[in-house]
Amino acid sequence: MSFLIDSGIMVTSQVLFFGFGWLFFMRKLFKDYEVRQYVVQVIFSVTFAFSCTMFELIIFEILGVLNSSSRYFHWKLNLCVILLILVFLVPFYIGYFVVSNIRLLHRQKLLFACVLWLTFMYFFWKLGDPFPILSPKHGILSIEQLISRVGVIGVTLMALLSGFGAVNCPYTYMSYFLRNVTDADILALERRLLQTMDMIVSKKKRIAVAHRTMFQRGEVHNKPTGFWGMIKSVTTSVAGSENLSLIQQEVDALEELSRQLFLETADLHATKERIEYSKTFQGKYFNFLGYFFSIYCVWKIFMATINIVFDRVGKTDPVTRGIEITVNYLGIQFDVKFWSQHISFILVGIIIVTSIRGLLITLTKFFYAISSSKSSNVIVLLLAQIMGMYFVSSVLLIRMSMPLEYRTIITEVLGELQFNFYHRWFDVIFLVSALSSILFLYLAHKQAPEKHMAL
Amino acid sequence: MAALDRVKVLVLGDSGVGKSSLVHLLCQNQVLGNPSWTVGCSVDVRIHDYKEGTPEEKTYYIELWDVGGSVGSATSVKSTRAVFYNSLNGIILVHDLTNKKSSQNLYRWSLEALNRDVAPTGVLVTNGDYDREQFADNQIPLLVIGTKLDQIPETKKHEVLTRTAFLAEDFNAEEINLDCTNPRYLAAGSSNAVKLSRFFDKVIEKRYFLKDGNQIPGFSERKRFGGGTLKSLHYD
Repeated sequence: MSFLIDSGIMVTSQVLFFGFGWLFFMRKLFKDYEVRQYVVQVIFSVTFAFSCTMFELIIFEILGVLNSSSRYFHWKLNLCVILLILVFLVPFYIGYFVVSNIRLLHRQKLLFACVLWLTFMYFFWKLGDPFPILSPKHGILSIEQLISRVGVIGVTLMALLSGFGAVNCPYTYMSYFLRNVTDADILALERRLLQTMDMIVSKKKRIAVAHRTMFQRGEVHNKPTGFWGMIKSVTTSVAGSENLSLIQQEVDALEELSRQLFLETADLHATKERIEYSKTFQGKYFNFLGYFFSIYCVWKIFMATINIVFDRVGKTDPVTRGIEITVNYLGIQFDVKFWSQHISFILVGIIIVTSIRGLLITLTKFFYAISSSKSSNVIVLLLAQIMGMYFVSSVLLIRMSMPLEYRTIITEVLGELQFNFYHRWFDVIFLVSALSSILFLYLAHKQAPEKHMAL
Repeated sequence: MAALDRVKVLVLGDSGVGKSSLVHLLCQNQVLGNPSWTVGCSVDVRIHDYKEGTPEEKTYYIELWDVGGSVGSATSVKSTRAVFYNSLNGIILVHDLTNKKSSQNLYRWSLEALNRDVAPTGVLVTNGDYDREQFADNQIPLLVIGTKLDQIPETKKHEVLTRTAFLAEDFNAEEINLDCTNPRYLAAGSSNAVKLSRFFDKVIEKRYFLKDGNQIPGFSERKRFGGGTLKSLHYD
């Protein structure tokens, strides 16, 4: 009986998450496009719902809600469904929509989609070989095999995003890095842009006039054909068309210049807006946060390096260590079991909420930047895939932040994965990503004032 | 050929509706083979005979400024785009017949362009909603063009065309529906070509002719190096 009640609760929460994913899709992601293939929306919402349910189960584990056997059952069920979606459903549909964009392959859409999916499976499988993730005693199609590979991809993504985010966050928040932009700079650049546009226009006018006179005289602007045409072209020079192609080249060069100027102007406007923002109260608050985050970022990079160099894997989680410190060194006595449960609930809850929120915001920004009306379906499905993998590997890594008694269910369900490997891999990729982001931002920052001064 | 007088017409619309293909078709009379993203603004020129076939026939340059971007962009991008909206004489609003959102966004596009103009009537900035009276009052001629006509299934054609007719009425403008990859929609003598010609005539009239029919002395090519702002000159 209690199993039915528990299942009822789980199903209700899943439906709630599904609704939230649906709304997010409609309001935020697809607000400039029309949804013509509802399959895409359904898949996205389903992936989101099942990913959130996993986090919900962790929270239930800590709080001790629901029967433990029904929890275990739902873990297994959830995991199977998510893996099915991430490995079979979403890649297949990605292949299908990619193929339907290409006009040539329209007839045998399904066939080519299957071919693409098989290629994906092959590379996905090969991915597991170089990593020491499993003991070889498991079968081919077991959960552990699939999860380990999904985990590798997801952890790489997480580490890349974390590394870049840790560096980019202070860079954008702090006003120390803002270049000084005055109104005069912007006006000068705009004037140059309009001058370039005027030059393009006058050259295009000459081309248009030349075409019109040629058309009126009955000459078509093809190359002279036929025998007599060739003889004629020797004596009467086709100077008109030679001249035109020269002008056309100049126009192309000017158009490229106008694009560059436009992008620079947009950049200056954005910087000016940020300078305005930094003078407001909110801006000052973010500036202060930026200093705080930069210290945090440096500390994280330092810790990642220490972990790799000394091959250290943390055995205890932050909650238990914190409690140990307070009890042993500060002499405050309190009920360890009770507090550890609540504190780890809060800590894990905060981690989950911020990572979901951060991921959704990043995905939205990414989507706006690169999607177009043709490719929007494919991109949304790619994002759903990334989101699913990200959440699965979050579960892997969150195990580290929980006290021992709560870790058991994750270990039990996910089988004998080498969790330590994932943490090490996370540290390595985080370090690489953070350092290369620093390099990249440094170069970009250096280059901009030089461009500015070259005007 | 002596320097002709010119008018500036903006071509606005969401990304991917087919503005570049349309402009290429209008100016080169050819279909654009490889459409790609427009960064910033691309200009093309069409030579138009004003009042063709009458004794007052005169040739003008029509500059078609195709401004790329999304209507929901950040404020900084909008201010960058605004530099192209100066001294405009006409607006062509382009929407995709297969995408309802692009039609709805036309209201925001037109408000964005018209707010930049220092018009004597002064277009009020409300919270982005349109008001039919604003457009009735508007001095700048508008034209609504719907693209990708060939991609609508026959069953839905009637419904789509009624919707676009309402849209054009809201703007107090004429409408043309076509497919940019097929030049026959703008073939000489077709009703679309007539509407287009009428639109360009109207633009030229508003710019160069006073209400009583006298001609304003034309401004030949003169580069404007305004000190601060680039104000346009208006004749009513």
